[in-house]
Amino acid sequence: MKKLSTILILAFLALNVMAQEKSDLPNVTIKNLNGESINVSELSNDGNPFVLTFWATWCSPCVKEHNALSEVYDDWVEETGVKIYSVSIDDSRSTPKIKPFVEGKGWPFEILLDVNKDLARSMNVSVPPHTFLFDGDGKIVYQHTGYFEGAEEELYQEILKIVK
Amino acid sequence: MKRILLLTILIVSAVGGYAQSFLQNSQVNGSFQIDAQYYNTDEGIGIYDSLINGKRLGVNGFGKLTYTLGDFSAGMRFEAYETPLSGFDSRLEGCGIANYWASYDNGTIGVTVGDIYDQFGNGLVFRTYEEWSLGFDNSLRGMRAVYRPTQGVTLKGVYGKQRYYWASYDADQSRGIVRGIDGDWDINQSISGLNDSKFRASVGASFVSKYQKDNDLFYYMPENVAAYAGRVNLSMGRFAFSTEYAHKINNPSAINNMIYKDGEALLSSLSYAQKGLGIVLQVKRVDNMSFKSDYNAKESDLDINFLPPINFTHTHSLPAMYSYSTQPNGEMAVQFQVNYTIPKKTLLGGKYGTKLAFNYSQVNDIVRDSIIVNGVPSLNQSGTLGYTSPFFGVSDHIFYRDINFEIEKRISKDWRLVVMYINLLYDMATIEGHVGAPEVRANIAFADITYKITARQSIRCELQHLWDNIGKDYVVHEGEEKDFQKRGNWMAALLEYAIAPKWFVSVADKYNYGNPVAEYRDHYYTVSVGFIKDATRIMLTGGRQSEGVVCVGGVCRTVPASSGVSLTVTTSF
Repeated sequence: MKKLSTILILAFLALNVMAQEKSDLPNVTIKNLNGESINVSELSNDGNPFVLTFWATWCSPCVKEHNALSEVYDDWVEETGVKIYSVSIDDSRSTPKIKPFVEGKGWPFEILLDVNKDLARSMNVSVPPHTFLFDGDGKIVYQHTGYFEGAEEELYQEILKIVK
Repeated sequence: MKRILLLTILIVSAVGGYAQSFLQNSQVNGSFQIDAQYYNTDEGIGIYDSLINGKRLGVNGFGKLTYTLGDFSAGMRFEAYETPLSGFDSRLEGCGIANYWASYDNGTIGVTVGDIYDQFGNGLVFRTYEEWSLGFDNSLRGMRAVYRPTQGVTLKGVYGKQRYYWASYDADQSRGIVRGIDGDWDINQSISGLNDSKFRASVGASFVSKYQKDNDLFYYMPENVAAYAGRVNLSMGRFAFSTEYAHKINNPSAINNMIYKDGEALLSSLSYAQKGLGIVLQVKRVDNMSFKSDYNAKESDLDINFLPPINFTHTHSLPAMYSYSTQPNGEMAVQFQVNYTIPKKTLLGGKYGTKLAFNYSQVNDIVRDSIIVNGVPSLNQSGTLGYTSPFFGVSDHIFYRDINFEIEKRISKDWRLVVMYINLLYDMATIEGHVGAPEVRANIAFADITYKITARQSIRCELQHLWDNIGKDYVVHEGEEKDFQKRGNWMAALLEYAIAPKWFVSVADKYNYGNPVAEYRDHYYTVSVGFIKDATRIMLTGGRQSEGVVCVGGVCRTVPASSGVSLTVTTSF
């Protein structure tokens, strides 16, 4: 009997612990620039916040946003430890263009390829650019669609809120 | 008794805890969008009461919900088109749950039932997807299984029947059944010693078959049509090479004029990338590769595969009037792109660096040689093998060519500039099906200037001009005016004021001042106001929309000219 109650108590605790580990990252597998399969639910940044931003080569506000983010990225990383994952939703017409495009523009982000919009669909992204900010536990704390000059500043303020 | 009480408390709290964690682990998310437009008569651009025909209001809307619990998820999408916006297919009219599914995936094994979106390789033999802005959805209602036996290996199987507007999925002969398998092997990911190797390789293969009962009155139709594809991706440091070849057995259809020739497609690319420099060359051959689950289907209805157009995608309003879409019956395409960043703190790079891009795209027809049928030469005759085509043959007939050059420059802390020059050749007769329409040879200059007023406020100005090879003095014969609706020179300007990240207001005008037909020399002006908060976007636009083609990711929709007020509301949670 004692054993049973111990098991029950352990089970109860385990379930409660499990409940706290749940992140907002969907169980979707897409590829990175090396062609490796990456399960998005495993993305993390050593407990630091991270950004997931959806873009496409044909989306000019997205390109502007990425240019602006790349200019401030080194400072952001130094001050907050944030990491940016950049998800291209270009379809197979552009798959081989992404790496030369990103390198040619000098963007320092980790690139993921969502060729058939599996991730975009599961995160309800309809129009790029769409940017999500995750805290260190993988919970969405802020999201935003569209880009206008200076919008990266609001994102940075949100990152600072998590770090401080 | 005490023991029983203790046990009961424990069980209740455990169940309660489970229920609580069940609820805590459950997630529901979703999104909504409504696009509504009120149509006005506008005789200036040829929109009369008779054309609107009582249809004053068009509304497209959807709502989507997804439920997730651990490895299990399920979802549905409700759609309503009452009535569809002008330019959308009238068969979309109606409302209902267009899409629902349930899925379990534990990382090794995954099963989905319901409406499925998936893609094999580049999609040359199988791709189902949805593009809301175009009213396009070719999802497969059926089942999908995925098996990942080890790291780097993925095996997939799908079968089902494709969505066709609101048509029932019951057994009927209007469209066939699609089934397919695909295998993908990333050699570096699956062999542990090769994980960090500079040399990377992956291979894959797919097989897809469709079954449609033969009920044709004239021809014996092959009831089972197979298509298969193989692909290889290699990379070595900064170089990468990838290729995919697809083949389809005889499949006479409304698209290929009922010929029994096999089809094929090849897509290859070679690229080089280092920090600040990227170069990519892509080539493509398509020969009789339309693959649909109904041989009578036209345009982009019931496509099983996806033939990616590899040319550069323009989104600015003037070059976007001439968007290219793949010709499934045959094309030879080449695409070459260079992206280069001149480093900062150099003479040309300045304080912030300068980004340059050069792009060359060209698409020609394939070569078709006649065959001998019953002792006489025949070319592309229904009921025959059609023609023969040399694999590397390129016809002189150019469908599309685009040479463009772009400079992106941050001039100072507050000024940013993008300028672009585009030289286009567009065979309107082939691409838009206006038989006899003269080809478009256009030069387009574009500038986008952004000035930051304060940290959050900015003004953006876009200026465009298009020089057409057909001038104001071109003699248009009576009855052919329709082919000249957007010809001649254009100019366009846009002014946008934004308070990042929430508010924007913009005014724009497009003026076809050089049209050879005097009554088409129209202004298309719009005023837009938008509000964005987190994942919610509301936009109100009033004005005129010119006739044109809207393309997203390779699929295009013709938009008729319209005038009125439109409202878009998007939100997700």
